[in-house]
Order: sequence, then C-alpha cells, then structure tokens
Amino acid sequence: MLILECPYCGVKADETELHGGGEAHLKRYGPGSSDADFEGYLFHRKNPKGVHFERWRHVNGCGKWFHAARCTATLEVFGTYPAQVTAPPKALINKIKKKRPDWEGWT
Amino acid sequence: MRRYSAFAIAREAARYHTGWERAWRSPAPKSDYEVIVIGAGGHGLATAYYLGKNHGITNVAILEKGWLGGGNTGRNTTIIRSNYLQDPSAAIYEKARSLYETLSQDLNYNVMFSPRGVLMLAQTQHEIRGYQRTAHANAIQGVKTEWIGPQKVKEICPIMNIHGPRYPVLGGLWQARGGTARHDAVAWGYARACSDMGMDIIQQCEVTGVEQKGGVVTGVQTTKGRIGTKKLAIVVAGHSGVLADMAGFRLPIESVALQALVSEPIKPCMDIVVMANTVHGYMSQSDKGEMVIGGGADGYNNYTQRGSFHHVEETVRALVETFPIISRLKMLRWWGGIVDMTGDRSPILSKTPLGNCFINCGWGTGGFKAIPGSGWGMAELVAKGEPGPLTAEFGLDRFTQGRFIDESVAAGVAH
Repeated sequence: MLILECPYCGVKADETELHGGGEAHLKRYGPGSSDADFEGYLFHRKNPKGVHFERWRHVNGCGKWFHAARCTATLEVFGTYPAQVTAPPKALINKIKKKRPDWEGWT
Repeated sequence: MRRYSAFAIAREAARYHTGWERAWRSPAPKSDYEVIVIGAGGHGLATAYYLGKNHGITNVAILEKGWLGGGNTGRNTTIIRSNYLQDPSAAIYEKARSLYETLSQDLNYNVMFSPRGVLMLAQTQHEIRGYQRTAHANAIQGVKTEWIGPQKVKEICPIMNIHGPRYPVLGGLWQARGGTARHDAVAWGYARACSDMGMDIIQQCEVTGVEQKGGVVTGVQTTKGRIGTKKLAIVVAGHSGVLADMAGFRLPIESVALQALVSEPIKPCMDIVVMANTVHGYMSQSDKGEMVIGGGADGYNNYTQRGSFHHVEETVRALVETFPIISRLKMLRWWGGIVDMTGDRSPILSKTPLGNCFINCGWGTGGFKAIPGSGWGMAELVAKGEPGPLTAEFGLDRFTQGRFIDESVAAGVAH
C-alpha cells in the first residue's frame, strides 16, 4: 500500500486517506495562448514510467494539497513537499539523482 | 496451416496426437517490413490480421516485448458488450461484438464466444435515468438493448439479492447478445491466422527507439536490432506514453492499474455477466466455475501490474451485498493490468505528428470487448493513411477541438 507523509500535518497516510491529483507543476495556459499550448495544458501528460512529480490531497486528514515525488514503476516514494512551489525543491531533485543516476532530471 | 476440424481431431486421435503443428511460427526479424505493429496483444494482432484480410498487406511484423497476449489481453475480465451512449462508441463496439459472433469460424479457432447476456444494474435513480436514456440511444443506433425491471432481473439472475439494504436493485440495462469470450484464445486465434498469412510475430523483442527521417518514420530500434518499416502502428495500451515519447510526441493519456480477481471454482450458479457500477464491481462465472470479479482503477499513475488491498476489499464488499452466496468463497488469484486512460474515457485511433506512424490506445478499462472492431478500423487507418468511418471520430485532434466522445459521465460505465 502506498504511504505518503503529509508535509503539513506530518501524518504518514496510506492511500485510502489520500486523493491523487495528477501531474504536478503544470504550466497554465489560458486566454490568449495558442490552441496547441492550451490543449497541452489541459490534456497532455508526461505519464512517465519512472520518476513522477504529482499532486495529492490529504482528504481524510488535514485536507491540504501537497506534492509528492514517486516512481510509477516501483511505487518508491522519494519525498513529499508543500504545494506553494512551481518546481520541486533542489534537495529532493539531488536526492532522486543520487538514487537514479539514469534519470533524465526534472524538466 | 492445417485447419482445425472434427476430422483433424479424429485423425490425430488415431496417431496419438503426433501430427499437430505449432499454431504460429517464431521467426527471426527480417531487415524491413511494409508495416510494423508494436504490441502482440489482441488489438495489435487484430490490426495485423485485418491488414492482411481486408487490405492485402501481409509483409507485416508484430513486435512483442513479453509474450503474445501476456499484457491486458490476458488480464481482463473478458466481458463483451456494446451498450454505449455515444454514436461513435456504439458503432465501433457493436462492430466488434458482431465480429465476435463469427470470429471462431473466421479464424478457424474456437474463441469460446458466449453471448450469455450482460446486465448493468441500476441501483440509484440517476442510474435508472441514465440507462433508460442509453436504451433509447441504442435503439436508434441499432444496438439491441432493453431496460428491465427488478423482477426480470431476479428472474434472469436468481442468486442476486435485489433488496440490498444500501443499494436495492431498481432495474437494469440488459444486452442479451453481449457476453464473454476466452481472452487467450482471441490472441492465439489471431496470431495463428496472422502467421498463416506470412506475417512475423516476434516475441521477446522490446522496441527501444523509433527512427525517423524528415518527419516520417523509417524503422524501430529493438532488443533484436534495427528493423526498417514504411509504416508503424503503436498498439501497446498501458505503455502508449512510453512509445509516444520515443516517437517524439505526447499523449492525453495517463496509465493506471486496474485489477481483477477470481474465486475458487464452484458449480454453475450464474449464466450472465452482471455489472454494478454504483457499488463498483462486476462478476461473471467462467467455464471452469470460477467467479471472475473486476474492480475499480487506482487513482494514481502506476506501471506496476499489481492490485491494491483496499480496492479488492471495496469490490468484494459491494458484491457480497449484491450476491450473498459468494460471502464464503475463497479468492484464488488476483492481478493488475496497466490501462491507458484518456480524459473523455474514449479510445484514440489516430494519425500522429510523426508521418506514417499511427496509434491505437486509450481503451482504458474496456479494451477486450473492442478487439475485432478496433483491429478492423485500425487496419483501414494504417492501410489507407486516413481514418475510415469507424475511426474518424477517434482522432487525437478531438482534444484540440474539444470534440470529445464523453463516455465517462454519460454512460455511467465502470471507470
């Protein structure tokens, strides 16, 4: 069972307590953007087999949104971090790179 | 290829079954093909089969990372139905269902199609309205379905408890000509027929890169070396995003795990397929007597072909309420498959940004039932380079244009 630590309340919550919110750090394209950018923002996803940054909500707990870095091929969790950022923290990226030398990095 | 027949069985019985041939060849890859299909699951093999049968293209290789039919084709709950709300869906699923009716004769391979009937239970007022609407839509589309009341439900499925405390059965959408088929046999039958037409099925051959020149595909890199091709069809379900990445484009797809389980075998007690979407579970009985049970999909991106305990608990709990007689059954096997989900829960059969490269994916939680129709439409798309009537609405451009085939909300299907 998938267990993520909520960065706000510190609870190690299993997946029944959480709700997945999909890919994190999407760049928002709105009015005035090209059709292709808007389509990409709405629908296109990296969907990687490997390191994935994603949004989660601690629904049956503190209710807060947060971020997690997780491997979709092994379900290994690299870490969680608060929602108020537009990119993963440097320290977390370095930690993942150390564990996964072949990882292409966060783009 | 020697045909299978009653005479062949008698002949082989007389000589101790020494004369059976291998059902398909396992050749080494040639250097070039006219068409390469990536993925030897049901959809990939059906695509190749109809390329040969309907369009005369037999210089085809089907590449498979693992073993033939070992992905979602061997992991689903084998349900076949076509009671969809939207016209494009009803058309392709009904084409598939009608092809299933004669598939055994067509392939000379018994796929054990069993049109035992599929019943989708209505357990809320919302579902009653939704299914009645679907029944009317199906009548216009020429798909024979029927709205039935709770007494009729009890009649055709006596083991069901229609007076459940939480969700009593209020009626159902009944498709008498839906049913099940033997999933492995579908893959094996198509593989045998493809091999017989001279196509090469290459197993244990993983594609590691897609070659292109001037925006047009020229070949693929594989674990068995480079193979050239004029046209490429990507038909790989859960790993569609990984292959699209190799070909240089992104898809509106997220891959999640969907799981199923079977019980110990018991005597025949249920001769139809029942789907209960409100409580999220569906069940049928296999010819071996096992109760085949399907549940919901995980709510996060996942490439591990495993299940998760809480989903099984939810599914079984819901089914025990509806079918009290299964409460003491032991569950024997439990597995997961990786399904490729699109935003509108409808498949993608489309040209791609890469020239002469086509993709068939996004069948999500319900691909098995569509295999013959999907192959039929995909073969036409690959052969002609342009979508035909079955696939025209399922292009990638629908996401740019906002022209969705919205089955996720409208049909109330299990997702």
